[in-house]
Amino acid sequence: MARVVAVTGNEAGAEALRQVNPDVCAAYPITPQTDMMQRFAGFVSNGQVDTEMILVESEHSAMSACIGAAAGGGRVITATSSQGLALMWEMLFIAAGDRLPIVMPVVNRALSAPLNIHGDHSDAMGARDSGWIQLWSENAQEAYDNIIQAFRIAEHMDIRLPVMVCLDGFIISHSIERVEYLDDEVVREFVGEYRPMNPLLDVDNPKSYGPLILPDLYHEYKRAQHEVMGRVKGVVLEVASEFEKISGRRYGLFESYRLEDADLVMVILNSAAGTAKDVIDHYRDRGIKAGLLKPRLFRPFPYEEVAEALRNAKAVAVLDRADSFGAYGPLFVEITSATLHLDKRPFLINKIYGLGGRDFLPEHAGQVLEELKEIVETGRVKTIKEYIGVRE
Amino acid sequence: MATETKPKPVSLKELSKKEDRFTHGHRMCAGCGAPIVVKQVLMATDYPIIASNATGCLEVSSCISTYTAWKIPWIHSAFENAAATIAGVETMYRALRKKGRIDREIKFIAFGGDGGTYDIGFQSLSGAMERGHDMLYICYDNGAYMNTGIQRSSATPFGANTTTCPAGSVIPGKLQKRKDLTRIMAAHGIPYVAQASPSHWADFIKKVRKALEIKGPKFINVISPCNRGWRSKTNDAILLSRLAVETCYWPLYEVEDGVTRITFKPKEKKPIEEFLKPQGRFKHLFSPENEWMLRQIQEDIDRDWEALQRAASEAGQD
Repeated sequence: MARVVAVTGNEAGAEALRQVNPDVCAAYPITPQTDMMQRFAGFVSNGQVDTEMILVESEHSAMSACIGAAAGGGRVITATSSQGLALMWEMLFIAAGDRLPIVMPVVNRALSAPLNIHGDHSDAMGARDSGWIQLWSENAQEAYDNIIQAFRIAEHMDIRLPVMVCLDGFIISHSIERVEYLDDEVVREFVGEYRPMNPLLDVDNPKSYGPLILPDLYHEYKRAQHEVMGRVKGVVLEVASEFEKISGRRYGLFESYRLEDADLVMVILNSAAGTAKDVIDHYRDRGIKAGLLKPRLFRPFPYEEVAEALRNAKAVAVLDRADSFGAYGPLFVEITSATLHLDKRPFLINKIYGLGGRDFLPEHAGQVLEELKEIVETGRVKTIKEYIGVRE
Repeated sequence: MATETKPKPVSLKELSKKEDRFTHGHRMCAGCGAPIVVKQVLMATDYPIIASNATGCLEVSSCISTYTAWKIPWIHSAFENAAATIAGVETMYRALRKKGRIDREIKFIAFGGDGGTYDIGFQSLSGAMERGHDMLYICYDNGAYMNTGIQRSSATPFGANTTTCPAGSVIPGKLQKRKDLTRIMAAHGIPYVAQASPSHWADFIKKVRKALEIKGPKFINVISPCNRGWRSKTNDAILLSRLAVETCYWPLYEVEDGVTRITFKPKEKKPIEEFLKPQGRFKHLFSPENEWMLRQIQEDIDRDWEALQRAASEAGQD
């Protein structure tokens, strides 16, 4: 029977990893992820998993060891945040280029400088072009569910790509929420036995990993990576539908909240979406058609489906918890690209919020919706990109 | 007297019957020391071997496009992480063996040049050694970043001319002494550390055999002449590596469980000029104004050789 528990996001993440019982885990401490890997280390120490743990001397070595272990031919995990993900950056591309199905929870945190340990999305956005699949999670339940589904997606024989599962640092990783856990057997059956592909440990069939590929073939290798990304959406939906059967919880490429007939739409990733939903409810009570689109699969980005979902919106505010200095926020760029080919494009604005753990309050969502209302009424956008929740 | 692990004697007849597990067709330069080092390592053992390789000459020349010179499972991931990468493979091996999915005895070897080992890969190497992975790290030390075009590394010897420490009219080449990585690895307290040379192949092969019989992390530093960077003749790799040993520039020794043993003592220590003279990278040292550098190199070698002999003697191994 599924258990209902009160746990933090990190605890829920660690529990999902315990239930999956991977072969190898390489880990290095970094706030706010540390708590997840130290809980997992506890499972190892107490024999609750069979995992061999490598307590490396840096995140660069964590990802390097994951690459070696995954090429070896088994199920591999790690987890990180912020500077740790930045230090791994070089190896992220290699994990994806070598098509190794590593699963990595990323507990999102701001990047230095200045040093800040709190939640924003700068870390994972910096890794968006690394060839990893990215799943984003609003709360502890979604983080738990996404981690379990990530193994099925990563290891799918048509895909074989690494997956990062993003959840907000502190806001989710360290807050206690209600979470429904599946039974161990249900999770293990869902995830299934690991199926190795070209394992290095098969010494009778030696394989060379990581060749030098010059201009004669490099381009084709990269196109192959582009093409495999095209298969991901279908697999994500197939896995989600199977997951619904064991959990009763439905997942898609993104979540639509009161979106279908919405005139005013906010697009928000992760935890702030929860706050926005409450405010949307208040607006709906007042007869204002507000709605939300919360991306789940950010890489590959489901452009066509998002465009379809925003077809009837009059004005859209894309809220980014990360900045691309001197450019629009990363999520905004995707939404503008997605809506580019619509016959009637909505007005689009970009708000940068919540950097370094700055709270996203209901009043901020309210301000954004008021601005969207005004844009629709006046037919004019004053500023495309703007910081909100700023202390002046 | 410390107990020494006694491997079988090495016979040429036996070696000549072995299958080449690093095969012909690779694109290393003619006269390069590195492929000789790799062949000697793989020839030393019959165990199935899985190797990792740091980015560098050996890596870019041995696995290109759809061609590979490796008849063993081989992985290259990046420059600074050959140790962490093989540590990952070795850990997966333990995980799967524990679950009964593998029952073979497999040995794990990382290959890196001096740049990938002394410099950018040093943290990864140190970490893997401390964690006790059952692996052997082989550094082929040619004393500079040869793959990118002969730039100085922390293994570049004092006085050498490289493209980033060129012998100019003001600065006469590299002014810093090379890092003594073999001793640094011995200071990790790991079960086996050795220094070897392809010129003394029987000694090298014995060291590899011994290392592979010892459980835990092992490190062997091997001198590997590079005629492009050393500005020497293409057929001098073995001659130069022999001179490195006979001048005591590159003494052959091992540190097993903390006990230092010199494995080859030259009958007569040759003057360092014999090693330096055939190499264009040291040509400027023979100008009268740089005589002090030659003196300093000889003094450093004499002091280090004495310290090594003292360490061996204190361990009762002289």
